[in-house]
Amino acid sequence: MIKFLLMVNQQGQTRLSRYFEPVELNRRAAQEAAVVRCCLSRNKEQCSFVEYQDFKLVYRQYAALYVVVGVSHTENELSIFELIQNFVEVLDRYFSRVRLNQIMFHLDSVHIILDEMIQNGHIVETNKNRILAPLTAINKMADG
Amino acid sequence: MALKIVKGSIDRMFDKNLQDLVRGIRNHKEDEAKYISTCIDEIKQELKQDNIAVKANAVCKLTYLQMLGYDVSWAAFNIVEVMSSSKFTYKRIGYLAASQCFHESTDVIMLTTNQIRKDLSSPNQYDTGVALTGLSCFVTPDLARDLANDIMTLMSHTKPYIRKKAVLIMYKVFLKYPESLRPAFPRLKEKLEDPDPGVQSAAVNVICELARRNPKNYLSLAPLFFKLMTSSTNNWVLIKIIKLFGALTPLEPRLGKKLIEPLTNLIHSTSAMSLLYECVNTVIAVLISLSSGMPNHSASIQLCVQKLRILIEDSDQNLKYLGLLAMSKILKTHPKSVQSHKDLILQCLDDKDESIRLRALDLLYGMVSKKNLMEIVKKLMLHVDKAEGTTYRDELLTKIIDICSQSNYQYITNFEWYISILVELTRLEGTRHGHLIASQMLDVAIRVKAIRVFAVAQMATLLDNAHMLTGNTQRNGICEVLYAAAWICGEFSEHLENPMETLEAMLRPKVATLPGHIQAVYVQNAAKLFATVLKSQEGNTDSTTAQEASQLMIDRLPLFVQSANLEVQERASCILQLVKYIQKLQQKDVEVSEEVCALFAGELNPVAPKAQKKVPIPDGLDLDAWINEPPSESESEDEQPKAIFSKEEPKHSRPRHTEVDEKELARRREARKQEQANNPFYIKASPSSQKVYQETPGVEHIPVVQIDLSVPLKVPGLPMSDQYVKLEEERRQKERAEKKKKDKKKRKEKRSGRGKKHDSGPESEEDITPAHMVDIVTEEMPENALPSDDDERDPADPHKALDIDLDNLESAGKRPLADSEKLPVRSHRAAEVLKSPAEDEEGENVSSLEPKKKSSKEKREKKKDKDKDRKKSKEEKKKKKHKHEEKEEADLLCGQADEPAFQSEETNEVVTPPTSTSADVSDLDFWLSNAPVPSNTQEAATVAAAEAAPAPGAISVTTPDSEPEEPKDTEMEETKSSKHKKKKQKREKEDKEKKKKKKHHHHHHHHGDKGGEESVQNGTVEEEEPLPPMSNYCLLAENSYIKVAYDIQGNLQDGSQVVVSVIFENKCDSFLKSMEFNVLDSLNSKLQRPEGSGPHDSLTIPFQLPPGVSNEARFVFTVQSIIMPQKLKGTLTFIVKNEESSTHEKLDFKLHFTCTSYLITTPCYSDAFAKLLESGDLKSSSIRLEGVNMPFHHLLARICFHHHFSVVERIDSCASMYSRSIQGHHVCLLVKISSQTVSVDAKCDEPTLLGNVLDEIKQTFSQC
Repeated sequence: MIKFLLMVNQQGQTRLSRYFEPVELNRRAAQEAAVVRCCLSRNKEQCSFVEYQDFKLVYRQYAALYVVVGVSHTENELSIFELIQNFVEVLDRYFSRVRLNQIMFHLDSVHIILDEMIQNGHIVETNKNRILAPLTAINKMADG
Repeated sequence: MALKIVKGSIDRMFDKNLQDLVRGIRNHKEDEAKYISTCIDEIKQELKQDNIAVKANAVCKLTYLQMLGYDVSWAAFNIVEVMSSSKFTYKRIGYLAASQCFHESTDVIMLTTNQIRKDLSSPNQYDTGVALTGLSCFVTPDLARDLANDIMTLMSHTKPYIRKKAVLIMYKVFLKYPESLRPAFPRLKEKLEDPDPGVQSAAVNVICELARRNPKNYLSLAPLFFKLMTSSTNNWVLIKIIKLFGALTPLEPRLGKKLIEPLTNLIHSTSAMSLLYECVNTVIAVLISLSSGMPNHSASIQLCVQKLRILIEDSDQNLKYLGLLAMSKILKTHPKSVQSHKDLILQCLDDKDESIRLRALDLLYGMVSKKNLMEIVKKLMLHVDKAEGTTYRDELLTKIIDICSQSNYQYITNFEWYISILVELTRLEGTRHGHLIASQMLDVAIRVKAIRVFAVAQMATLLDNAHMLTGNTQRNGICEVLYAAAWICGEFSEHLENPMETLEAMLRPKVATLPGHIQAVYVQNAAKLFATVLKSQEGNTDSTTAQEASQLMIDRLPLFVQSANLEVQERASCILQLVKYIQKLQQKDVEVSEEVCALFAGELNPVAPKAQKKVPIPDGLDLDAWINEPPSESESEDEQPKAIFSKEEPKHSRPRHTEVDEKELARRREARKQEQANNPFYIKASPSSQKVYQETPGVEHIPVVQIDLSVPLKVPGLPMSDQYVKLEEERRQKERAEKKKKDKKKRKEKRSGRGKKHDSGPESEEDITPAHMVDIVTEEMPENALPSDDDERDPADPHKALDIDLDNLESAGKRPLADSEKLPVRSHRAAEVLKSPAEDEEGENVSSLEPKKKSSKEKREKKKDKDKDRKKSKEEKKKKKHKHEEKEEADLLCGQADEPAFQSEETNEVVTPPTSTSADVSDLDFWLSNAPVPSNTQEAATVAAAEAAPAPGAISVTTPDSEPEEPKDTEMEETKSSKHKKKKQKREKEDKEKKKKKKHHHHHHHHGDKGGEESVQNGTVEEEEPLPPMSNYCLLAENSYIKVAYDIQGNLQDGSQVVVSVIFENKCDSFLKSMEFNVLDSLNSKLQRPEGSGPHDSLTIPFQLPPGVSNEARFVFTVQSIIMPQKLKGTLTFIVKNEESSTHEKLDFKLHFTCTSYLITTPCYSDAFAKLLESGDLKSSSIRLEGVNMPFHHLLARICFHHHFSVVERIDSCASMYSRSIQGHHVCLLVKISSQTVSVDAKCDEPTLLGNVLDEIKQTFSQC
């Protein structure tokens, strides 16, 4: 299962974090920092999967944005890798050309998208239209 | 009031919103903490206001701060406030904050129960959705218990969006409140076939997760998932299902056999790498669990390996990494298939990515054999030289040592080579692993007696060049090696060529800079050397050398006496005094060498790690008996001394007992050998070493080896280890030549008695006899030791509680839900059936004031209400009255309570419980076992149908119990109930059929088992090179819409039947339906048609093909004569349907029945085979195949695979093979290969058949 998803900038600052398994706040900060450091220190020639303590990290870099996902050992790395791509594509479509700022300023929307895609730590929806449908409906509701 | 609102919104304008906060934090980089603390103060102020908008804004900011790692638990109550806002935008913020900040121990959660319940039943689907999503993050056991029923209701909501979310959250509910699983499961299962793909995939997700933790309870769902797997096109769902199957197969090996084919199809067809990877992984897992193997077992493995090779060769680092990862899984069980890709793995060592290199190293560990060890290590040594960065180099070093020393140096054939490798490794700079190298040196020198001379010489050189090792830095780990060197030189000093020189080297002043523990060893071993020098000079009239030695010691030792290290100091001063005394004696010309040598006399033998355990317990000694009876139990205390006495007694009679023991030991050893001989996986120690083992019984003896050293010690030029590689090559060649000679002789002597030897596994490996032998000390486990995989399960694992037998639920009437098992239903809802949603909500609010106080009176009322409901709904059902939508909810609720009533109804109507039980069980059995060959002629069509839609039985048995209770709307209800009836009829029919088929079950298994054996015998297991993926399916016909491939197999049970499996693959973008298959029968061969249809009627193929999908159908043909091949003309008609149009299409084909297809792989033992040949009943014939350019084992594998033969015996480039036709003709082949020419001598009792089969074999090889 997916344990957490982080969006980090190149300086290693967390821009979004989502935990699907409760982690104690103190431990979380330390773990987050270590995970981010581990991913940022890898160069582009290295593969995107890292065995980290008792779980695996799958990460992907988009310009200045890193998406890091921590998964349990039984998870299929490639599917998570594709999930990240899918997620970013969804964001891209929703924000039409996504930038880091937008993610920061519309955290709640990003969270809604994540909620649609991942629940209980499992991938539940990958169809872009279906992912965005509730969000657009909600936005309409809020406007109207 | 109005003023207040205006004021609030004005206030808000001046508040910071989230964007401001984010920007603010960015602008206060220097004093971020301070800025945030002021922000938190502001937020606290905002939260105190009444305006919900302000609060929501504050909570929104808190969520962000929480994400940054600030504790916001103090605001939990405010979050609940925002959650209960009626405006969705705020509610959403509240739920988001809750999902981020709340956890099980947050105490305010219990306040939310009613709010969540209200949201769940909200008319706005997004209110419900947001509540469900939030709940999945913070659900607690209490919440789960209280809300389980509400969520279950939502699983049948009209909106797919809600259904999906409800199904998903059920997983969390199960985890927190396991009691809910049983009542909720039927509905959950139903959702596997929900019309909405999202809901369906959600259900798959949840059930897969549940099933992976407790697979045995979900075995009965296998047919359903199998259907989903073959029909689903959603890769994510497929991955889930395939993973699930991976968990199920260990429990049901037959499932694995069934899976292999669709999985290999997927592997062939999918373009999604993740899916491919998952399939490969599962195929590997399946094959691992199928220890008995299956017919084209090795073909599947080859396919996987091939695909993985493609992954590894890919330029994408991710694929490369995963390919290696999966490869290592194959390696564990099929090392041979992986070993052939050694080149590729070695290439990966050059990769830029360290994680890839490390994976490749892991793989290498398992890939070594006696044959390739030297080569691999040589490569690794090159990498050691090239490697930059000490961590990777250290990793390489440890891997080299691991690889060489694994399983007791099993793969090392030449220890001189190994020692020289170790010596080369000492030249590594800055490694941390000096102690590792040192312990290897010690281990080898002690355990391999024959190597000592060589080792000592090498170590002496090392000591001599010690300055190179200790050179620059003191903390250099490599100097540990000197510890080993000094000890070896001292201990085995009798082998030293020039002990005096070494002694000198060990006493150099520089030694004093070494770490203390090494110096101590130096000093001690210098003394040993000194003794050797004296001994060598014994009898020599000229005593100058001996005196020089004494003088040297006396000169140099004082340096160590001053050492700060106590150990060094003590030893040095001791020895110094000793030497001084000796010198005095020497000056008096007294012979002292003997006395000095006596100081170090006695040989040190290595002790096996488990030796202690193996010490036999003397007879009469009961280790478990109390020495002193525990006081509470022993009443007669005077007996105690006796017990002690009796324990001492055996001491006196010990010799006798050990004798008995030895007999016992011998017996056990014999038994063990027997077992090992029968175990093909046991790697035998060579006979000579075993003898040594036997001669010296017991523990003191630990294997050491004698050999003669025929290898010169130094060859100038090459670096050391390389020389040995060369020498070893030469030695092996010589050996091989000798062996060949011997083999030839042997074969001449006795030709027939070699059958058993063949079983002993891969010979190619055993061929290489090591130059030096280390006895393999088999590490024995206590006899009652059990493999303990299961007990590792974490007791805190929440899934443990979900280990609930769900099968009972599936057929109605077996075990109704007990009252205690039902989900708690709040009385108000059940009672007021006809409430409108609005009223309902009010009712909830009322009840929520006292949710947990349920008096017994209330309960009784509840029961009454339920009874009423039940009656009502029964009536409604009978009359098929239209129901109002508003009532749906209530109905669904009481559906739970209704179950018992319905169950009794069902039992009256359909089947009595016992039969349904057996039917249920046999359902799975039937589904699993019908795969290989359909057994009964009349049922060919039904079997084909069962193939295509694997589980009509399972579905019809399992679903009806819940169906009638929850009609979604009136129309649906009617169609469903009529369907229901049909299904029942169908079920009854199928039950009958099953009973018929059951008789054939064991036949099938039998057949399957044989298949397993045969794959071992076929010689494909021991191949060195990968077999290309093989398939017997050949193209039948193809046009732009469809591609049809077929394979023909004989039916073992019926001599006049063959089964044609046909794969239909939709190539176009349209839907293919109403496919009909027809063949023009000939006199000899006829298509089996269902009873009642005419001889020219076509068979309807029981499935439709969506774009890009393929499926398989089977047709049974009866044949009379099988000695000639023949062709049947046929037609396939189908309708191509797309959005605009539908057209009728036709495809003609010719079905080619080869003689091969009448052959059935049948194993044959060599003695039976010999008898058969001798009987003289067989006619012979032969062919020659020119220019066959493939390894012999490939050739054999091809004949086995394509022509259904099995290998009886294989000797070098010659093999005998056997097969039998469905009508019992024996076909025997003798296949020989010499330089690309293959000659096949064949015998058969039917010359025509034989001729045709040979022609077909010829054809097979002319194609490649």
